[in-house]
Amino acid sequence: MPDPLLSIDRLSSGYGDFQALFDISFDLQQGHVMGLIGANGAGKTTLFKAIMGLLPRSKGTVHFQGKPIGGAPANTLARLGLAMVPEGRRLFRSLSVEENLRLAADHGRKGHWDLGKLYRLFPILEEKRHQPALSLSGGQQQMVAIGRALVANPHLILFDEISLGLAPVVINDVYAAMPDIVGSGISAILVEQDIDRVRKTADMLVCLREGRKALQGPTAAIGKHDITVAYFGE
Amino acid sequence: MASLLDPILQGLLLGGLYTMFAIGLSLIFGVMRLVNIAHGDFIVLAAYMAHAVLVATGWHPLATLLIVVPVMAGLGYALQRVVLARTLGDDILPPLLVTFGVAVIIQNGLLSAFTSNALRLPSRELETASLALGSLNIGVLPLLTLAVAVALIFGLETLFARTAIGRAFRATSDDPETATAIGVKTPHLFALATALCFATIAIAGVFLAMRSNFDPFAGPARLLFGFEAVIIGGLGSFWGTLAGGLILGVAQSLGAQISPQFQVLAGHIVFFLILAIRPRGLFPKTA
Amino acid sequence: MTTLAETTKRYARPDARALVALLLVLAVVAAPFWAGRAELRLFSEFLSFLALAVLWNLLAGYAGLLSVGQQAFVGLGGYALFVLCAHAGLSPYLAIPLAIVAAGALAAVFAPLLFRLDGAYFAVGTWVAAETVLLVFAMIPALGGGAGMSLPAASVKAIAAGKELRESIIFWLVTGLSLATLLGAYGLLRSRAGLALMAVRDNRLAAASLGIDIWRTRFVTYVIVAAMSGGLGAVIFLQKLRISPSAAFSLNDWTVMVIFAVVIGGIGRLEGAVIGAILYFLLREMMADLGAIYLIVLGSLAILVMLFSRKGLWGLVETRFGWSLMPTERKP
Repeated sequence: MPDPLLSIDRLSSGYGDFQALFDISFDLQQGHVMGLIGANGAGKTTLFKAIMGLLPRSKGTVHFQGKPIGGAPANTLARLGLAMVPEGRRLFRSLSVEENLRLAADHGRKGHWDLGKLYRLFPILEEKRHQPALSLSGGQQQMVAIGRALVANPHLILFDEISLGLAPVVINDVYAAMPDIVGSGISAILVEQDIDRVRKTADMLVCLREGRKALQGPTAAIGKHDITVAYFGE
Repeated sequence: MASLLDPILQGLLLGGLYTMFAIGLSLIFGVMRLVNIAHGDFIVLAAYMAHAVLVATGWHPLATLLIVVPVMAGLGYALQRVVLARTLGDDILPPLLVTFGVAVIIQNGLLSAFTSNALRLPSRELETASLALGSLNIGVLPLLTLAVAVALIFGLETLFARTAIGRAFRATSDDPETATAIGVKTPHLFALATALCFATIAIAGVFLAMRSNFDPFAGPARLLFGFEAVIIGGLGSFWGTLAGGLILGVAQSLGAQISPQFQVLAGHIVFFLILAIRPRGLFPKTA
Repeated sequence: MTTLAETTKRYARPDARALVALLLVLAVVAAPFWAGRAELRLFSEFLSFLALAVLWNLLAGYAGLLSVGQQAFVGLGGYALFVLCAHAGLSPYLAIPLAIVAAGALAAVFAPLLFRLDGAYFAVGTWVAAETVLLVFAMIPALGGGAGMSLPAASVKAIAAGKELRESIIFWLVTGLSLATLLGAYGLLRSRAGLALMAVRDNRLAAASLGIDIWRTRFVTYVIVAAMSGGLGAVIFLQKLRISPSAAFSLNDWTVMVIFAVVIGGIGRLEGAVIGAILYFLLREMMADLGAIYLIVLGSLAILVMLFSRKGLWGLVETRFGWSLMPTERKP
């Protein structure tokens, strides 16, 4: 088996004195989609931030494409091919739709995705490309946030709660893009509250509870009951 | 009314110089929320530098820009990377105090090196040249100052609105953490913004030195004029800064009509008036 | 992050240092009977500087109001005394409290405007305010304009007829007001109002949710600090017997040096202000002939402290030995 794309070994992290993650380990293979689930406050967003180098890691290692990236500043990770769709989207308010995308393209890698291909994936963005990013609807803003990750042509995208606050119809629109994204060879980790949606999209699942890994395995091998137990304990 | 036309015109021209003082303040506050207390002292440092270049080479004062601008920009880049980067954060005291210390060091360093005698850059024919506009006389040097100030504002506005680096500046100003996650090298970007600020400081210094006497302690007043222009115009907008500079120039020029002592005071009064009736300035950034 | 309960516990520890304060007061009262003129001058200068340092510390370190315009109030207090004595014929004893009121009133006028500026811009705004006041006083011919004025002989005599006694009384006024400021600041920080102030500083959101009016707390602090600065200005210039706009509204004397002393000593701690003031006077006595170099040294020291040891010299001492004489420290 080749080196995993992302390999996390006994990662612990937190904010200041507060420890939010304890000894998390898992591997993600190239081309796979992992669902990261767990109740609110279980440490999912903290794990993303720790992987992205946005938190000082207390201990453990993170390997990306076989190279250790522990302690590397976030801007070098982006160049290595690691991108994030942050919770709440965090679009740049002073920038138009296209400027948000261009900024990411300027600082990312060259590859399959460019603005043209992205506009074919999300035609509405081309129509509104000169509008201020925050003037768009929630679903459209989420498309910009996803597009911002895509045009950097990363190997791996971390999606943080992309359906949060969106209407079910809009969520369908956003998720409709997933096959194209995965099909272009990009791997993904999805944080998502909607378990059914995760099960449809992800190859494997990891469940966190109170900062610890409570469950891990291929999606097909995990039943609903296992997830309930992992969420809330026995 | 006709008697007011000339002071208003002279005020607008003076406002060009004040705009130059203000541009750099507006720029680095916009990108990294930093206020450099030594801003005016760096303007004066640039003026001394221009004087030294002129004495050494005998060039035209405007030609000294070829040396002063790159040297000051380099100094700005280094200052941000080596010193100011360590002070950025939630606490506003460290950047304020460090730049305060730098201000005192520049003032007293210049005093030790050049004494307190006032200097000036002899700008030869530029100093006296003027254009007649009906009954009004427009000095060529003040007109050139205003033109350069407007060009700088236009240039920065374009840089911010239309270029890749401008996008990165705005994005970092909006949300540094997300910008970093996207791959923006914020320390380098902040240093570039400071370098750009110091390039405007260099230009302001040379024009100040051609237009008036300067001494080691001339800096703080330049900081205050630049600051007033920024606040009057409204934070976050370069065109607002130009408007603020022009308003301050006109206010001072009209104040000087009442009595010469009233010139600077009139500017301060307009500043407080704006603060009272439009606390966010005349043209604040629409958020 | 600190909760209000912790803050309360941390700052409300009782201690008995009243004896030290009492001895200090006695020493000051007795000083004119055993010390020479030069020593008295130096000592009163030191105490008034220390009082200004503690006031600035209260403003910046506790209320989070980074003012670089305190010279406005020192100068106004000084001028108020001279104007009231020379032009209204008041006795200095009456003029001093009125100077305190005048400085407080000026602060109350400026505060609503300046509080609209955020953080560092507030700082520069206070500077503009001070420059404005300076320019106004420099413009008034009756006050000597830029050249300034002397205290009329009649007002001087109103303090006391004999020169010896007069100088002692002025010494007591300067040191008395300075000590009152120091003890007042210490008492304030350990009172209910002081707790509110520290709660605002430690956690704005929590303080607001507890019903502490942040704007009002800051306003009151700003006005009180300004009033006391004005009182100090009045007695400082009473001792000098002469005033001019550039001396009264000196940014360097009343603000920059004070800030450097506080920062070098340790911002947000009373001990820090004391150590900073002592260090400042030592440096000044040793390096006075060096002029510009001495200011460069002081500026560099302040920068180094800010970059490498934000808690200042006292912070270093405290971390090393765990000392704390006056438990009112500012948690960074």
